[in-house]
Amino acid sequence: MCADCPDRLASDLDAGFPLLVAHYQDLVYGIARRSSRRREDAEDLAQDAFVRAYRALGGYEAARIRGLRVGGWLAAMTLNLARNRARRREVPSSGLEVVVEPLDTASGPAALVEEREADTIWQRRLEALPTRFRRAVELRHVSGLSYPELAEALGRPLGTVKSDVHRGVRLLRQMVEQEQAAAEREVES
Amino acid sequence: MRTMEMREARAMVKAMRSDAGRAPEGLADAVLSEVGLVDSWTEVEGPIGPLYVAWGRDGVSAVERAGDPAGFEADYELRTGRSIRRVPEMSPKLLGQVRARLRGERTDGPPVDLASLTEFEQAVLRKTMEIPYGEVRPYSWVAREIGRPRAVRAVGSALGGNPIVFVIPCHRVVRADGRIGEYGAGGPDAKREVLACEGIDTRELERMAERGVRYVGSDTTSIYCYPSCHHARRISATHEVRFRDAAEARSAGYRPCKSCRPLEGTPFAA
Repeated sequence: MCADCPDRLASDLDAGFPLLVAHYQDLVYGIARRSSRRREDAEDLAQDAFVRAYRALGGYEAARIRGLRVGGWLAAMTLNLARNRARRREVPSSGLEVVVEPLDTASGPAALVEEREADTIWQRRLEALPTRFRRAVELRHVSGLSYPELAEALGRPLGTVKSDVHRGVRLLRQMVEQEQAAAEREVES
Repeated sequence: MRTMEMREARAMVKAMRSDAGRAPEGLADAVLSEVGLVDSWTEVEGPIGPLYVAWGRDGVSAVERAGDPAGFEADYELRTGRSIRRVPEMSPKLLGQVRARLRGERTDGPPVDLASLTEFEQAVLRKTMEIPYGEVRPYSWVAREIGRPRAVRAVGSALGGNPIVFVIPCHRVVRADGRIGEYGAGGPDAKREVLACEGIDTRELERMAERGVRYVGSDTTSIYCYPSCHHARRISATHEVRFRDAAEARSAGYRPCKSCRPLEGTPFAA
């Protein structure tokens, strides 16, 4: 992703950190958003994750920063924070509320409604997955982490996270097929 | 099956990224501000109108009367070398400290960041912060207090360049001859107005100075003060004694107040 991020951070943390934030804010926020019920909580969580990342980097040796897989490291940090918060509040850490976004003037209202329905459907399907597979699928296909980054983020071996992603996607596909079969039966009857 | 997976995944990516994947606009700024890489500013109500208040990791770093936001930001970045952005509000804790300071409450004010200034300027401004709400001191008093009694003009310049007006009350420093003196945040009239908000009648102080009164003492305690000192203001009219300089007070058997610490030397030095 951000190939020279670790080098810049290692040579000058204060100069490199704004680049890191710009580059990874969608990743961190996306993870935060999917583990928070409310938008404000997600913002708060994402901000906290970056602040902790900055403080952690301040204590790392240059060599350690250079060897960092930044995306996976940030994802792991965000996931850990989300877990801690969920535990503290004793609420389940999953579950997106459907938020009505301000209208995007570029696309027509009809297209927008359709897109939003698609969002909701996918969210529902994802939520139906066991947490382990859902998290793997989200990080790989929604956040766009590479498999090595994913392994780092989840603290599991590469082979395991790969098979988790594949199993998750297979389960999703079965869901889609079942939905389609049900829809066809409805048309026939 | 492989292609099915990819197609599904792509549809899902498109669907999910459209909502939950994009960081809100203010996130990066909020993060950089939190770790001290970007400073923030916002508008706060001041004693004589709205103020622009800027702060960073080390405390309040600029206060200016509201009016020219672009100029405020440009000056700030030039002076401090740090970037700054406007935010809707400051943290409740810092806002509480700023308001307490502006109202003259006897609590801790906000930390102030004077790192962009010289050591001398910092000393002048920190000393000025010790002048209590509702009281004034001469420039020469500040000079003496920081151990640079001859640097009166330099004290004036340092106060003129005060980047944190109101929070650092440079308006409480006036001329020893009773005239109000210059004021960077709106000229002498604004200075009178702020001091009036603190309960100081500057015209009365000036009239006293014109009549040659520099200090007032109490004949019950034999202590003399600056007229605006809170101890001086408790002296009843029947016990009040007026002096034209420290020598006169001394020879009448009075000692200087330990709170306002009147100057010993010539009172007419600005």
